[in-house]
Amino acid sequence: MKHTLVALVQDKPGVLNRVASLFRRRAFNIESLTVGHTDQPHVSRMTIVIDSDNTSAHLVEANLAKLVNVIDIQDVTQQEMISRDLALIKVRVDAAGRAEIAQLAEIFRAKIVDVANDSVVVEATGDEDKIDGLVELLRPKGILEMVRTGRIAMVRGNQTSQRKNGNGHYNGNGNGHVARDVGLSSV
Amino acid sequence: MPKLAGAQILWECLVREGVDTVFGYPGGAILPAYDAMLQYPIHHVLVRHEQGASHMADGYARASGRVGVCVGTSGPAATNMVTGLATAMMDSIPVVAITGQVGTKVIGSDAFQETDVTGVTLPVTKHNYLVTHVEDLAETIREAFYIARHGRPGPVLIDIPKDVQLAQTEFEYPTHPIHLPNERLLEKYVPQEYFARAAEMIAAAERPVILAGHGILLSGAMDEVMEFAEKTNTPVALTLLGIGGFPAEHPLCLGMMGMHGGAYVNEAIQNADLLLAMGMRFDDRVTGTLKTYSPHSKKIHFEIDPTEINKNVKVDVPLLGDLKESLQKLNPLVKAKRHDAWWEHLQRAMQEDPIRDVLDWESPDGLMSEHVVHDIWTATQGDAIVVTDVGQHQMWEAQYYLHNKPHTLITSGGLGTMGFALPAAIGAKFAQPHKEVWVIAGDGGFQMTMAELATIVQEKIKINIAILNNGYLGMVRQWQEFFYDARYCATPIFSPDFSKVADAYGIPGYVVDNRNDVMDVLDQARSLPGPALIEFRVKMEDAVYPMVPAGASLNEMIKREKIVQPA
Repeated sequence: MKHTLVALVQDKPGVLNRVASLFRRRAFNIESLTVGHTDQPHVSRMTIVIDSDNTSAHLVEANLAKLVNVIDIQDVTQQEMISRDLALIKVRVDAAGRAEIAQLAEIFRAKIVDVANDSVVVEATGDEDKIDGLVELLRPKGILEMVRTGRIAMVRGNQTSQRKNGNGHYNGNGNGHVARDVGLSSV
Repeated sequence: MPKLAGAQILWECLVREGVDTVFGYPGGAILPAYDAMLQYPIHHVLVRHEQGASHMADGYARASGRVGVCVGTSGPAATNMVTGLATAMMDSIPVVAITGQVGTKVIGSDAFQETDVTGVTLPVTKHNYLVTHVEDLAETIREAFYIARHGRPGPVLIDIPKDVQLAQTEFEYPTHPIHLPNERLLEKYVPQEYFARAAEMIAAAERPVILAGHGILLSGAMDEVMEFAEKTNTPVALTLLGIGGFPAEHPLCLGMMGMHGGAYVNEAIQNADLLLAMGMRFDDRVTGTLKTYSPHSKKIHFEIDPTEINKNVKVDVPLLGDLKESLQKLNPLVKAKRHDAWWEHLQRAMQEDPIRDVLDWESPDGLMSEHVVHDIWTATQGDAIVVTDVGQHQMWEAQYYLHNKPHTLITSGGLGTMGFALPAAIGAKFAQPHKEVWVIAGDGGFQMTMAELATIVQEKIKINIAILNNGYLGMVRQWQEFFYDARYCATPIFSPDFSKVADAYGIPGYVVDNRNDVMDVLDQARSLPGPALIEFRVKMEDAVYPMVPAGASLNEMIKREKIVQPA
């Protein structure tokens, strides 16, 4: 099954390489990986989607925790979360077909963000299934180009998937959760 | 506050980490550091190849428990160290490697002797650094030593560009506690319930076996393991790197497990109803095929590294953390037990399949390596530090040299690095100058790094070297014999006259091809104040028995044909 991991990492040269290298070296498969800033300087947030069983997902989590530059890592798969993918889709369309595309976009709460003589760019956000649905409808019209960000995720409610200490700085939750999650098997 | 150059800060910090010996080779990008070294109480051992430097730092660490340090320049020096770093990584050895780098202004321009060293060494180090500002240098070095030692130890590399070595900054040695970004993720929290559950399983077990690994030595848990084993009357099986963690001649010690372990040891593991894995990681060389591995046993895994839990073998109770601390918590919870029926069964199996099966053989048709190892054990009263290379001799050493004390066998287990023995022995000698140090190597591996003979002479240290020369890359030849219809492709190997090679370096060399001469020559070599090299011309086509073929079950072993010895 697909697991969504949220990692906070130091924003330093080479950190993305360390994470990517780990996946390659341990032969873990990445479905998607997104990186961006957080509200705190020098801390980046990664959303990593992997397709694996629970044991392997736990090993991925434990391996990430061993990287010195990783501040926090959580598997949020089992939690209530919002997950989003953003897509820009350039569709071949002339003036006559534009209205139909605009209609489709509206149904998906997508926007047309660029119009040219023979093409438009549709911007869509949503979970991957929704984007997939829109893409399938646009495909027959002729997709010229497409880019997707991959999944970003956040836990719902006042729970966070990133923990701050009293000073407002991010840190691990202090429960040694990577350790805790290695549970007793049914003996 | 005084202003110091990066090169000086490097040594200021190393001295404060307790470093007094480093193994290295100078070159362009590390010259400022070498120039500054003269002002500090550091003994520099000039190696003949940087691979040697990294193995020496490794051997130093294994023999002392302290961090070993190697130093080299940029580019080829750093890439030469990679094998040594990978060796240390696989066996969890604390090493800090310092490499020079081209100036920060030209990094990325393919400058002379430039290599992306942090990139190259990323997968073979626990962590690595490229220091681009002299202000960060002291903190980085402290962190590097901390990481190398802390938790599961491992090698750390610090790449220091030449201009950072030359740049000056105000230096005050940092004393604040080190906090790594990921430290709270790795805090070892094990619920008390796990210890209680483990104690219940131990109380219920009728056929328990301890799998004693390298973690015993790394954690210093020898006494705790002994207390546990004696209290619960549990047999102890050793991994290759666990040798020395529990005394070989203790009545509870079964001996080595795995591919070339005792047949009865592997039988014990396969028939056990409880495995207590202590600081070992279920490597494929000790499990055989995982499909049939110890099918009836519950498993308790004492392990410091969360990524090892359930990696190869699913376990029932993981006890994450330092082995010594875990056993200190567990030992009071377990009750004294006897396992008489289990021991009776094991004793019988031991009689049927002794691992040291050729000990009493006469060998009229040639000198046997097994006998040479046994005689070295006898001559040294089992008290030497033995450093082995990789191959048949390594397994014979593990079988025939009985190690009762910790840190007396130094060998490349995980990576299986040929050429390890000679340089690692040099490092071990610097760590334990008053101990007798023996190299046991094959003719193949010895030739990979034998340039380090010069290092021994230049440093005036005493190391005794035994080369078991069978004219083959013996372990590979053995696999070809068993699994490739004895087609010996590329395994016959020419060697120089090793005693003459030794002579060229000013080291007394001996040649022995007869069992009757072994003890005499060993005594002569040991009595010399300086190094000695003995070439033992041994039987060419002997094989290491017993053996679990790759991919077979642990108890499906190829055994030596029972030959009735000619009288």
